Amino acid sequence: MSSDILLQAQGLERRYGDRLALAGLDLTLGRGEILGLLGPNGAGKSTTLRILSGTLPPSAGRVRLAGIDLQERPLAAKRHLGYLPEQPPVYADMRVGDYLGYCGRLHGLKRQALLAAVTRAIERCQLGEVRHRVIGNLSKGYQQRVGLAQAILHKPDVLILDEPTVGLDPLQIRAIRLLIQELRSEYAVIFSSHILPEIETLCDRVVILSRGRAVYQGALSAPAGGPREVLLRCAREPRPELLAALPAVLEAVAVEPRRLRLRLADEAAAEEVQRAVLEAGWGLQEWLPLEQHLEQLFVALTHGEAAA
Amino acid sequence: MIATIAGREFKALFATPLPWILLALSQALLAWVFLSQVEAYQTQYQPLLATLGSGYGATELVVAVFLGDARLLVLLLLTVALLAMRLLAEERQGHTLPLLLAAPVSSLQLVLGKYLGGLAFVAVALLLWAAMPLSLLLGTALDLGRLAAALLGLALLAAALLALALWASALTARPGIAALVSFVAGLLLMALNRGAAGEAGALEYLGLLGHYQPFLQGWVNSADLAYFLLLIVAFLALAVRRLDALRVQA
Repeated sequence: MSSDILLQAQGLERRYGDRLALAGLDLTLGRGEILGLLGPNGAGKSTTLRILSGTLPPSAGRVRLAGIDLQERPLAAKRHLGYLPEQPPVYADMRVGDYLGYCGRLHGLKRQALLAAVTRAIERCQLGEVRHRVIGNLSKGYQQRVGLAQAILHKPDVLILDEPTVGLDPLQIRAIRLLIQELRSEYAVIFSSHILPEIETLCDRVVILSRGRAVYQGALSAPAGGPREVLLRCAREPRPELLAALPAVLEAVAVEPRRLRLRLADEAAAEEVQRAVLEAGWGLQEWLPLEQHLEQLFVALTHGEAAA
Repeated sequence: MIATIAGREFKALFATPLPWILLALSQALLAWVFLSQVEAYQTQYQPLLATLGSGYGATELVVAVFLGDARLLVLLLLTVALLAMRLLAEERQGHTLPLLLAAPVSSLQLVLGKYLGGLAFVAVALLLWAAMPLSLLLGTALDLGRLAAALLGLALLAAALLALALWASALTARPGIAALVSFVAGLLLMALNRGAAGEAGALEYLGLLGHYQPFLQGWVNSADLAYFLLLIVAFLALAVRRLDALRVQA
């Protein structure tokens, strides 16, 4: 992770009339980092991203993109920005190739460089087969990918994606995740989502918003060496009390007759338990580690809203 | 950058059926208006002018009458209202405005690009309309200087109305409202010349038609030119301010 800070926001605040949509948010993001913005609906995710992309003025606070102040020198700052809003900003009556060409020209790309950029974006977002089709006739998933292609077209330093996987099928979600992974070395990426596994698989750091405030900001990895939870399924009905007797197992609960939830002392305990299950002859069919860290965090921090 | 935006705007206008229908229907309606005026000239005015030995001819009694016709002006307002729907309001409604706002494009560039794209479309419409009076050249002599002045006046009137339309388009994310505001405000600006007392007051000076009529009569006054240019600059400046308000901190 380099120390190259590409996105910096200080004390961001936004009011809609009397309602405070965002209060005192600070963010920093360096090249090679992926930051996940998480929160229940209406927590201020889109508001944050719109402010960071210069499409909504903050009521207070400053944003710097690649070291350039977004309020003072908006044009220079926006050269470093790729933005995919919540709704992909595509013109329904244009063809995919023409649209991307237009977006490139808006960012000052010309001739050879423009052609190369469009070709690369089409390749990366797998749009080759729809290149000559009219955007309005494409499925939501394709439109989303066209929007993403538009955001990465001009090789921006900072990539801001507002719920990039909404409306996509599982295969497309996977493709977009892979693409974001692939982009991480060149860009600083910030994206919002309310899909926890998505944030977990992609992000280095996470900011959890609740009612316009950052309630958590920090690294995203389960604390090493801590207890793990595992869901396991057997071919024949197991006896939880036998497993609970093992020193490595803190707790064993039968969720269904052939399904157990285990709490293990650490990572190394897994092997011991698996061996025990096999030796008991229950026929181990499924071993599913539960990464509940983020979900627990999320529910705990946004509890009041989530219950509503 | 301005040319990029204007170019897309112009092409996008022709990608949907509405502008084509508008062009076709306005042309048909105006052709009927024009032919009835030509017929009136042939059957009524021409014999009269011949007996009086008057210097008046088709330029005054057909071309100027046609270009000043209320039906033509209403169609111009409609054309411009259609553009008010498209230019910015539709970008906001269709969620494509963030693309332009997040790009390194200034509000002035954006407004000028949109304006020039719309102007190119209006120019197409006006050229088609102007082709009708010009066709008289096939059969008779016209006062070309006067014709040029009248067409210049029409172009300036259209350009001023379009600037008004662009501002209306920046006001709202609802294309229908933008069209309505543009149409009614344009109509109001045109109506300002008709004082009930029939006296030329300050209001008349603000009206569009008071500055358009001299062009039809062949006079190109610098005061009228300045009036139209000021109107264009003022409404474009208002549109820029309006766009800035969407994204720049107050």
